[in-house]
Amino acid sequence: MIGLAHYLVVSAILFVLGVLGIFINRKNVIVILMAIELILLAVNINLVAFSAFLGDLVGQVFSMFVLTVAAGEAAIGLAILVIYFRARGTIAVDDVNRMKG
Amino acid sequence: MIQVFAFYLFATIVVASAAMVIFARNPVHSVLWLILAFFNAAGLMVLLSAEFVAMLLVIVYVGAVAVLFLFVVMMLDIDFAQLRAGFVSYFPLGGAIAMVLLVELILGIGAWQAGSLNLAQRTAPLPEATPNIEAIGQLLYTRYIFLFEAAGLILLVAMIGAIVLTHRARGGTRPQNIDKQNRRRPEEAVRNVNQPVGQGVDLGGVEL
Repeated sequence: MIGLAHYLVVSAILFVLGVLGIFINRKNVIVILMAIELILLAVNINLVAFSAFLGDLVGQVFSMFVLTVAAGEAAIGLAILVIYFRARGTIAVDDVNRMKG
Repeated sequence: MIQVFAFYLFATIVVASAAMVIFARNPVHSVLWLILAFFNAAGLMVLLSAEFVAMLLVIVYVGAVAVLFLFVVMMLDIDFAQLRAGFVSYFPLGGAIAMVLLVELILGIGAWQAGSLNLAQRTAPLPEATPNIEAIGQLLYTRYIFLFEAAGLILLVAMIGAIVLTHRARGGTRPQNIDKQNRRRPEEAVRNVNQPVGQGVDLGGVEL
């Protein structure tokens, strides 16, 4: 039978894939943002799994708030990406330290 | 039985498509793999009988966030091959860190035990007969109403922030200036002339 540990392992693997994605796509901000979405998805699966197995609804309510923050973060991140691309013509993150206000 | 099969199906696809998100060469493919991952994560949540969160995941992530990613990826004219230049050189370090993290997490899950968790102390016990969505609604609109409104505020700030950041005043357009329209009075808008017979009308100084 499928237990809590199964879901935790899936979400752990997803989380690690997200972290790996940040490291191996260091130049491509779009994929880094997607990797952050993967990490937040792993967190959501974790919250919902615990909520279901403990029989406590708060986990699902909290995962809704995580989802809200993830959506806001994606919108702001992509907006910053668009204006950065307009100013520079590239999105390579290596040069971001030259932003200087 | 069918639940076990469904769990392994969804889990396998979600992990595989997450791997494809970070390894795909083309970011457009990455976004499409991300959508597949979200759909299968929603399936996992349906298996946990958290239907509301599952539907929210499909609507918010697939319907809004993934489409936003798709728009941005297609809008920006980027040489993606050049962005992948350091892929191979970053891989050993990233892979090592990821492996350490994975081993730590697996060890943590293996060593974890529910222990002396007192189920009577749950904050909001799952109601027996109420459907999932109804139960969440009752919780969200009563006890967590302020958190709910704070979430709405966060979304508002994110929306305004995104608009302020990406808005640019383009030259050459003639937008409506409501202020100017309202300030306009008959004296400056209308001109009475005593037009002599047989001559053309002089439109000099009149803004058409």
